[in-house]
Amino acid sequence: MLPKRQTNEIMRIVFFCLLVLQALASGQARAEETYLEVIVSDPYIEMHTGPASGYPVTHVIERGEKIKVLIRKTDWYKVRTRKNKEGWVHRNELRQTLTLDGRKTKFRDVSIEGYRNRDWEIGLLSGDFEGAASVTLYGTYYLTPTLSTELSGTHAIGNFSSSVMANVRIAAHPFPEWRVSPFFALGAGYIKTEPDATLVRTVDRDDPVANVSIGTHIYLTKRFIFRLEYNNYKIFTSRNDNEEVEEWKAGFAVFF
Amino acid sequence: MESRLCRLFLTGAHTTFLALLMLSMTDIHAAEPLEKKTEQIILPELERREIKQAAIDAEDFEFGIFAGALSIEDFGVNASVGARLTYHVTEDFFTELSVGVSKASETSYEALLGNVQLLSDDERDYIYYNLALGYNLFSGEAFFGKSAFNSDLYLIAGIGNTNFANDDHFTWSIGAGYRFIPKDWYAIHIDFRDHIFNSDILGADKQTHNLEINAGISFFF
Repeated sequence: MLPKRQTNEIMRIVFFCLLVLQALASGQARAEETYLEVIVSDPYIEMHTGPASGYPVTHVIERGEKIKVLIRKTDWYKVRTRKNKEGWVHRNELRQTLTLDGRKTKFRDVSIEGYRNRDWEIGLLSGDFEGAASVTLYGTYYLTPTLSTELSGTHAIGNFSSSVMANVRIAAHPFPEWRVSPFFALGAGYIKTEPDATLVRTVDRDDPVANVSIGTHIYLTKRFIFRLEYNNYKIFTSRNDNEEVEEWKAGFAVFF
Repeated sequence: MESRLCRLFLTGAHTTFLALLMLSMTDIHAAEPLEKKTEQIILPELERREIKQAAIDAEDFEFGIFAGALSIEDFGVNASVGARLTYHVTEDFFTELSVGVSKASETSYEALLGNVQLLSDDERDYIYYNLALGYNLFSGEAFFGKSAFNSDLYLIAGIGNTNFANDDHFTWSIGAGYRFIPKDWYAIHIDFRDHIFNSDILGADKQTHNLEINAGISFFF
């Protein structure tokens, strides 16, 4: 037999779980009601069994039919017809649909316009960090189209040591409307260098680092950006002389 | 007399001005209802709904866990587990971040000699991360009995790091996988990967190929 306090505690947890479940269930019910409904105005649109053009077409929706738009995966929308048939329709096919009050819907494709007005960018870069292979994952937030802040993590894996570095940067993009848009950045961070275990053991180093960089974004297609950059790091070591490190890297990014 | 006339005139002018002002004001007031008449009396009760893409729930992300076997070159085949986060950029391309762990067993040299230990227990931990770009080569229906299910066969390549024997190794990963999608919200994966890195654990620097096969489940959100 459990002590009363513990039983109370369990009851409270069970009650909380029930509340959460109920909230979830009502959320789902609400979602059911608020699905967007559009009217097909093309002669017909094709419904695929999955969210890619490789999946077979199993149903055709005719002009004038009302459809509910349920979810989206990449450029594909799952729709439900009045007869409860479900399938996936490409965005291009939904572009000619109308709202219930007869106006044009706004199913826009991701294009260079989206690239010019992007808010977020997440990317992966790889390159050469003074002889060591480096992997960088970064996230950028655009305050304005010409000014951005960035947080990045870099792992440089060399033959004799490996470094982990975190950086915060502020970047200027003077020509945000160009497809090939250069940028300049200034940043500061921290670098932790660990010598290889197979070498004679030396102490790990933990140093502040500042950097200047120059690079360019190149819009490829859809949500893809190619990025190339050069970084010059100044590592403020605890020894007498500061260290200077050059890094070249390139990679891909997606934007939102 | 003159001043009286003047006052009379002024009062008259004053009154006229006031009268005119009042008239003009009433004129304005009178004009308003006329305008109102031209407005629509019956407003159509239409629900104006803006259709924006953001209002539709997007399920471009996928999170999954997996378990399988990893052949660590020279150190036998070992159990491995991990997790991955996928972002589907287009219907064809996706990016994936994966993390996996395993533990190396003994080399055949250690097994034969019995009392020799090349690596300490701690150094046998094998941890990797990988950032990759994938391409859905064949998207289509797979038939299981009489039911049809969605599935993708994909190729994947990426870079990352492997921490093994307490050392970091820059690692290339290439592979292929099969995504079986019974419902829109979850998928079952089978994956083959080759993790390639240079290692000097056994003395000379050499390229090692570490093959992994695993199965997992993932959820779209």
